[in-house]
Amino acid sequence: MIEKPVLIRDDGLRHDGRRPDELRPIKMQVGILKNADGSAYVEYGGTKVVAAVYGPREVHPRHLALPDRALIRCRYHMAPFSTSDRKSPAPSRREIELSKVIREALEAVIFSELFPRTSIDIFIEVLQADGGTRTTGLTAASLALADAGIPMRDLIAGVAVGKVDGVLVLDIDELEDEYGEADMPIGYAASIDEIMLLQLNGVLTLEEFRRAIELAKEGARKIYDQMKKTLHDKYLKIIEK
Amino acid sequence: MSSQLKILVADRQIVRPGDILAIVEQKIRRPSYNPEKHVYIYEDKIISAVLGLASVNDNDISVIPLEGRYFPRVGDTVIGLVVGVGITNWLLDIRAPYKAVLNAGEVIENFSPITTNLRDYIDVGDYIVAKIAVFDRTRDLLLTVKGKGLGKITEGIVIEIEPSRVPRVIGKKGSMLNLLTSKTGCNILVAQNGVVWIRCKDERSSEVAVKAIRLIESRAHMRGLTEYVRMFLDKELA
Repeated sequence: MIEKPVLIRDDGLRHDGRRPDELRPIKMQVGILKNADGSAYVEYGGTKVVAAVYGPREVHPRHLALPDRALIRCRYHMAPFSTSDRKSPAPSRREIELSKVIREALEAVIFSELFPRTSIDIFIEVLQADGGTRTTGLTAASLALADAGIPMRDLIAGVAVGKVDGVLVLDIDELEDEYGEADMPIGYAASIDEIMLLQLNGVLTLEEFRRAIELAKEGARKIYDQMKKTLHDKYLKIIEK
Repeated sequence: MSSQLKILVADRQIVRPGDILAIVEQKIRRPSYNPEKHVYIYEDKIISAVLGLASVNDNDISVIPLEGRYFPRVGDTVIGLVVGVGITNWLLDIRAPYKAVLNAGEVIENFSPITTNLRDYIDVGDYIVAKIAVFDRTRDLLLTVKGKGLGKITEGIVIEIEPSRVPRVIGKKGSMLNLLTSKTGCNILVAQNGVVWIRCKDERSSEVAVKAIRLIESRAHMRGLTEYVRMFLDKELA
């Protein structure tokens, strides 16, 4: 067994030099894929994710079509080269579950009843994993949906809060997740102030949980602002050209 | 939305899903979506549901989407590509999430499936200008070709554009389309599903018309686009 690394240094900073309430450097781009109706690329530090959206389109196989709304399908997948040990490309138990929770978060914002008997297909591909892949994936999927022109109540920004060495920290990475005491990813729609995804792995006291939610919302708001800016800039760039 | 609005955005400003556009006086519990305006009301706010441009018209606000596929509406003029021939109908791809059906009785008088072969009239690969006759969301949509200017396309060229750019190619009260037709001398039909049919006297003008339409498509959100296109056309046709 490898010895546990120092997660919170003596100066109060984290192992990578971040403050407890500091996000990793975030990069975003939309409209990166030509063949998809909408697409996005998002980086949270070392975590890199591509999302693509197709639809509304005809449902195949036909019997899956819903008479009153669009069928939303979501595939979260990690590339075999995304981790240090090769990951089998077949969908694992974990990936199937994450596909479901991300889909349910997005279903809550999409006006799916406008497109009966159609499907909206979301593909999330993790290119490089360094913790927080589901939240990065959710952010990317939300951007790709907006880029595809699908009506939604709001954008969703994903971010995780963790507890490492007894300290609540924002946007935890792989190392902090592995050796920390708790990991709580959330999906937050800032404009309408609603939480669309909430999971918790580990143990938090009620007081810690309350503080964690506030910390996560604050971080998500920063990501949300960047998402809005990214969508805005896509068009600004073309105007300047 | 009859009461006074407090509008928070400028006309032609880029808006995104979740952007608050205006505040209304009365509160509404359930989010209600307005499909024509691409906005929804939540509590006392009018919020954009799509990525688009805000359109402010004294005491009314809507969003013109910049992205998105074509979604059919009854009465729309569309150009469809024939993808299948049945015994009593044709199947058309109109770039919508649903298959479109054109019944043989629409095209052929006293149609009888025993004596006529539908391929003699319209075959796979033909483009048809049609109107959406019936679309009730529970069945595939029905087309009609009864009407002025509807029917099979036999000349000219057909190009595809982003369906969300159609309003810009047509312009306010058809201003952009008028500019294109008058400058190039071409006959241009912009179908609601983003298919454009161009008939010109010579190759040069059709080339310019296509270039101009591509220009409008790529700069759909630019201010003063009509002037820009006018200059482009003058330069190209000089």
